[in-house]
Amino acid sequence: MLGRTAGGLFWMFRYLERSENTARLLDTGFRIALTGSENSSESEWESIVTTAGGREAFVQKWGDFDQANVTNFLLRDRDNSSSVLSCIEAARSNGRMVRTALSSEVWEAVNEAWMTLKEQLEKPVSVKNLAEVLTSIRQHSSLVRGALHGTMLRNDIYDFSRLGTFIERADNTARILDVKYYVLLPSAAHVGGSMDNMQWETILRSVSAFRSFRWLHEGDVKPKAIADFLILDRRMPRSLAYCLSQITGNLTYLSRGSEEELKSLALANQLDARLNGRDIDDVFEEGLHEFLKEAINQTANLASQIQDDFRFYG
Amino acid sequence: MVERKFFDEMGPDEAQVRAPYAEYANWFEGEDPRSLLKKSAEAETFFRRVGITFNVYGQKEAQERLIPFDIVPRIIAAQEWRQLEKGIEQRVRALNAFLADIYNKQEILRAGRLPEHIIAQNEAFLPQMMGMTPPGGVYTHIVGTDLVRTGENEFYVLEDNARTPSGVSYMLENRETMLRMFPELFTRMKVKPVSSYPAELRRSLSACAPPNFDGDKPSLAVLTPGIHNSAYFEHSFLADQMGAELVEASDLKVIDGRVQMRTTRGYRQLDVVYRRVDDEFLDPLSFNPDSLLGVPGIMDVYRAGNITIANAPGTGIADDKALYSYMPDIVEFYTGEKAILKNVPTWRCSEGDSLKYVLDNLSDLVVKEVHGSGGYGMLVGPAASKKELADFEAKLRSNPDNYVAQPTLALSTVPIMTKKGLAPRHVDLRPYVLVSPGRVHITPGGLTRVALKEGSLVVNSSQGGGTKDTWVLGD
Repeated sequence: MLGRTAGGLFWMFRYLERSENTARLLDTGFRIALTGSENSSESEWESIVTTAGGREAFVQKWGDFDQANVTNFLLRDRDNSSSVLSCIEAARSNGRMVRTALSSEVWEAVNEAWMTLKEQLEKPVSVKNLAEVLTSIRQHSSLVRGALHGTMLRNDIYDFSRLGTFIERADNTARILDVKYYVLLPSAAHVGGSMDNMQWETILRSVSAFRSFRWLHEGDVKPKAIADFLILDRRMPRSLAYCLSQITGNLTYLSRGSEEELKSLALANQLDARLNGRDIDDVFEEGLHEFLKEAINQTANLASQIQDDFRFYG
Repeated sequence: MVERKFFDEMGPDEAQVRAPYAEYANWFEGEDPRSLLKKSAEAETFFRRVGITFNVYGQKEAQERLIPFDIVPRIIAAQEWRQLEKGIEQRVRALNAFLADIYNKQEILRAGRLPEHIIAQNEAFLPQMMGMTPPGGVYTHIVGTDLVRTGENEFYVLEDNARTPSGVSYMLENRETMLRMFPELFTRMKVKPVSSYPAELRRSLSACAPPNFDGDKPSLAVLTPGIHNSAYFEHSFLADQMGAELVEASDLKVIDGRVQMRTTRGYRQLDVVYRRVDDEFLDPLSFNPDSLLGVPGIMDVYRAGNITIANAPGTGIADDKALYSYMPDIVEFYTGEKAILKNVPTWRCSEGDSLKYVLDNLSDLVVKEVHGSGGYGMLVGPAASKKELADFEAKLRSNPDNYVAQPTLALSTVPIMTKKGLAPRHVDLRPYVLVSPGRVHITPGGLTRVALKEGSLVVNSSQGGGTKDTWVLGD
């Protein structure tokens, strides 16, 4: 496969994953705005923008952290490379570039996602229509994912697509946790007031884990258990441990037949080992914030090592 | 009733349907026009979903547009097609012989059949190709000969398109669409298939492997300028259908005297490249030094016999509008036969007498830029306003060398489906020709372009043209 094609697949799926994550963040923000107290909502919107990684750009262009501004910024601002619209356009554009590597189902799914969302996001989305638009975003990314699983050969094309997905997801989960790490610290745990409950719920919702967490923990929401769930639990498809195990798997497939071990695989194994069989108490001891910062940096290093190993660029 | 002065390929009226359309007319009679219009809309949705689009230049945001598709087929009888085939093959063989001559001995110049300046001062002529024979002796691997019809037995060649003719993906997708929408028609009528074109293209290109290639299967790639190019859909479509790599210049590099593709597992040799970038962008070391679309050093590899470039660099000299008027002579010079297909009479405005004639008859003529394409910068005299005529006259006077003029041809019409039923519109035809050593393959049919606006003679997609499926009937 051409290195550029591998890169196109990787980025197509990174952007798709990101569009879904951005939409989920916005969804979470709305829930809080609707249920939370008056004065907390502004800072919640702010932390959502921070998690999406666009704080500076937001302040410069939009100013106040209110619902309308954040919605515009996250959904349809073309200057924000992580807005849903930017992501879908970038995903589709990469998809078009690697079209010969995609099944027609995958291509049509991403093309249709782009056609539909471009239209839905053309004008500002009103509060009344927000739920519908967010559902549409979620459904379209599910369609692409479903087409990928159902129609693509399990060869290196698939591996590069999955790598993009899980690198983005690992980064996203680590960011969400890092922006809120302080509410998970043991020192905060004893408080356990309604504020904390709301914060914990926010974290779980922004990784679509609210129900699965309750299901596993029978409604007993404890910050340590949340951290454990999102960092170390391999049953949870958005946890760091799960993402790393997938990345290691895909890189192992891709390295078959190559003479020396790929640097990216070595790095992924190292990161995987950091999460495998660990106790969450260890992590807290190391320092949650430090641990997450390290995870974010290492994920970025891994991404650029993958790019080098497989010659995405000349 | 208004008398029709154009030849309609379906027939002058409902009572006098021409033979190739007889069965179609029977079928059409039994259809509900409303459901046909609905199918029309379905076809459009399909094209959009699959992304069969072309990009429009000059807009701030890269825009992708659909080429409108009309559901009424253009039908050609077996006998008509055989005649066309002969004419096209003759013309394409002559083009290749001409190119071999012009880049080697230049006998046609020495014989005084072609003025020297027309070659020497032509930008499409590449001195870098002098004395070099491309692999298999083939210059124009892919040709799209533009034809128009004016009567029962009157066909003219409008352009030879010997560089990188586009549109073949529409020929294939149009057929797929028709097969899906009207399967019953294909059981009632014997239509020659076109679907083997990608396989034929692959075979044809593989047969032109470079002289130093010694494996058994040369590696193939389509070289595209990238996703913003207007024909990008076609590039990816052809690569996909041929099972070739779709490469951009940034994927290619000259290493150890070979052109190599950067893959995830290192560099891999490329043997045959079907390039969809223009000559001047091909190799920044040989041509335009600013080109980012090219592969530095590819021309050296080419000269050393280590890669095949299709079409060969420099073929543009053969389809240059300045040369067009000499085509009957060219055909005769190399084949020893009279040209089977007619040339449209052409006045070269660089010649004083011709210029005078053109200026005196501007409102009856079509005037084209010698190096123009896509229907841009062209004057259709009979359709132009007084002001447009005056403006064009000024342009002609200030730079006559830049223009050629032709009579306004009475292009044939074929009906399209409109809300008011069938209505005649002007069409042209671009059959696709593949050339490999000793073989010329012509896909039966081609791309029919149709001017959707009533009365319009401009069929270019950039100017409101659409396409039709083209059926060549079996015997």
